[in-house]
Amino acid sequence: MPELQLKQLYDGFRDPRTVAELASQIKQLAAKLDEPVNVMEVCGGHTHTIMKYGLLQLLPDNIEFIHGPGCPVCIMPKERIDQAAALAQIPDVILVTLGDMIRVPGSEGSLAQFRAKGCDIRPIYMPLDALKIAQENPDKTVVYFAIGFETSTPMTAVLLEQAEKLGIPNLLFHINHVLVPPAIDAVMADPDTRVNAFIGPSHVSVITGSQIYQPTVDNYHTPVVVSGFEPVDVMQSILSIVKQKVEGRCALENQYERAVSYKGNEAAQQKVNHFFTVRPSFRWRGLGPIPNSALMLKPEYRHRDAELKYGERLPVKEIDDHKACQCGDILRGKAKPQDCKVFGRGCTPQTPLGSCMVSSEGACNAYYRYAGVK
Amino acid sequence: MSTPKQIQLSHGGGGREMAELIGKLFFEAFDNQILRQEEDAACLNMTGPIAFTTDSFVVSPLFFKGGNIGKLAIAGTVNDLAMMGAAPQYLSCGFIIEEGFEIAKLKEIVETMAAELHKSGAKIVCGDTKVVPKGCADGVFINTSGVGRIIKPGISVHSVRPGDAIILSRDIGCHGAAILAAREGLELETELQSDCATLWPMVEQLIAANLELHAMRDATRGGIAAVLNEWAKAANVGIELSEEVIPVRDEVRGVCELYGFEPWDLANEGTFVIALPQEIAADAITVMHQFCNCDQARIVGTVTDTNAGKVILHSPWGSKRYLELPAGELLPRIC
Repeated sequence: MPELQLKQLYDGFRDPRTVAELASQIKQLAAKLDEPVNVMEVCGGHTHTIMKYGLLQLLPDNIEFIHGPGCPVCIMPKERIDQAAALAQIPDVILVTLGDMIRVPGSEGSLAQFRAKGCDIRPIYMPLDALKIAQENPDKTVVYFAIGFETSTPMTAVLLEQAEKLGIPNLLFHINHVLVPPAIDAVMADPDTRVNAFIGPSHVSVITGSQIYQPTVDNYHTPVVVSGFEPVDVMQSILSIVKQKVEGRCALENQYERAVSYKGNEAAQQKVNHFFTVRPSFRWRGLGPIPNSALMLKPEYRHRDAELKYGERLPVKEIDDHKACQCGDILRGKAKPQDCKVFGRGCTPQTPLGSCMVSSEGACNAYYRYAGVK
Repeated sequence: MSTPKQIQLSHGGGGREMAELIGKLFFEAFDNQILRQEEDAACLNMTGPIAFTTDSFVVSPLFFKGGNIGKLAIAGTVNDLAMMGAAPQYLSCGFIIEEGFEIAKLKEIVETMAAELHKSGAKIVCGDTKVVPKGCADGVFINTSGVGRIIKPGISVHSVRPGDAIILSRDIGCHGAAILAAREGLELETELQSDCATLWPMVEQLIAANLELHAMRDATRGGIAAVLNEWAKAANVGIELSEEVIPVRDEVRGVCELYGFEPWDLANEGTFVIALPQEIAADAITVMHQFCNCDQARIVGTVTDTNAGKVILHSPWGSKRYLELPAGELLPRIC
């Protein structure tokens, strides 16, 4: 059997004719809508697909995208970044974290700035890289600043499992894993919300299954379509939502059947449940504290918890964004990036005031980079 | 006393060890009359307009598929001269070497440099060697400066004008993707090679064909996105690209898919972009296909008088977006 190439996995999902045909079908059907469809794409990955591939330009005016809180970098409050910076300043601590996180400004600067001042901060490509760093530096303490939604939590669980199994004592965790459904509830709890449909991130559902969105459908009478990230995926999901709206239905649909099942990856879920428990409350940047919206280590793994070990050194003061920054409203779907007075002026990817601009998955960053072509 | 296999601090001390290193390694590899004079400065005979450039090379890993830091250091500086229509002639070469670096590896780097020099006919006529304590450098850093005689004057970013065609010499992103794949922590299995190459032989043919070249640039760090944004801003023009016709190798696309990068932002070390009048673009492509080993050379865009300072990428399904100047470190996406 010939080897499967990565290209084969996405080629069909970027087929120009299919995208154009879906756009045409959406336009025809959307003409029958009684009211506008305001679709929240919960995940920043979808925001980028929409902007990068110019999908907005293919859709009729009565379909609007509202960018949700689903970017692990965007939702990280400054005090958590400050805690990471404080950890990195402890002698003989190596702080490791994923990608973009080192660019997010805390109240005293970003982790990249602390690295320039001499702190040992290392961006890694995958959580298991932290294991190697810990093994190679037995005289130091490696702290993994763990971030991400349900998608990335199993990888942290595997890292923890490996550290336990191999008896690596010098690897600690600062857990910032957050959950999608409570964030959706926080958005919908706002009486002024205009959101009346969702596309759900498929990579989250690969782990959790599409089932996690059933309460959203039931509680808010809104369609939810679990969607892949390729242009054809997103266009097909929009078509499904418009169909539901025209037919007066609301249902949970799974566009990404090639990888998502209703129940998801139960082995991964078990692994997560083995190591983590729900945190009573987590303060989201822009959304404030949301109960039961994040994870923490179970008591039996407290020996791995950097928050406990270095507790007295970690700043706890809650710090809001710059007054002019409207990231909060943007994350709630109440404002568009261009509505913000500092967008593209005081706040750019090089000098971000808010995290929606700093993260490559943030809505402001996507609008700044791709939008506005006349 | 046995010959050391690693670079010692004494190799940079100005004494016997340094003289031996320079004499046995550098002089033998880069041998020429000017270098052999061993004066404080090289004495050169040059007339007419001269292009002068410098670049420092700090790549990690030092060895990668398709090249090493030495090949980069020669090709990079020679290409900077070539892109100005200048025949590369004389180069300087400064090494900063970390204590403990294997001499065999240094030899391999130096021999690669000598081989790469032959492709343009340029000579290394002066140099410098410093050794720094372990931990103060990442193996080897190389600085090369170069001068070249301008054969074709007037090639400039400021000469790009509306109506020009944008030609790309080959597929993009191979160097950036190869380096990324070879980086510690990733070590992806791929046949992908860096495009690292000396471009002067290609440029020489384009000049020989007497084509009106407005601007040329090798798309190094920041990829074609950086080059074209710099052109758009410097010449105050718009540049429109068709995504469909920009050649990208499947392996490069694969690396981009895995880590959330875009091929237009990835570095190249032997790929260049040309702006020239639309009417002669087909002639240039013919020359490139016939004489320049640029089988994939093609027109990928046009220069316009709208959207000044911006580069616009047209998607295959009729939408468009800005192609921004890449910013910050290339960091992989989180999820």
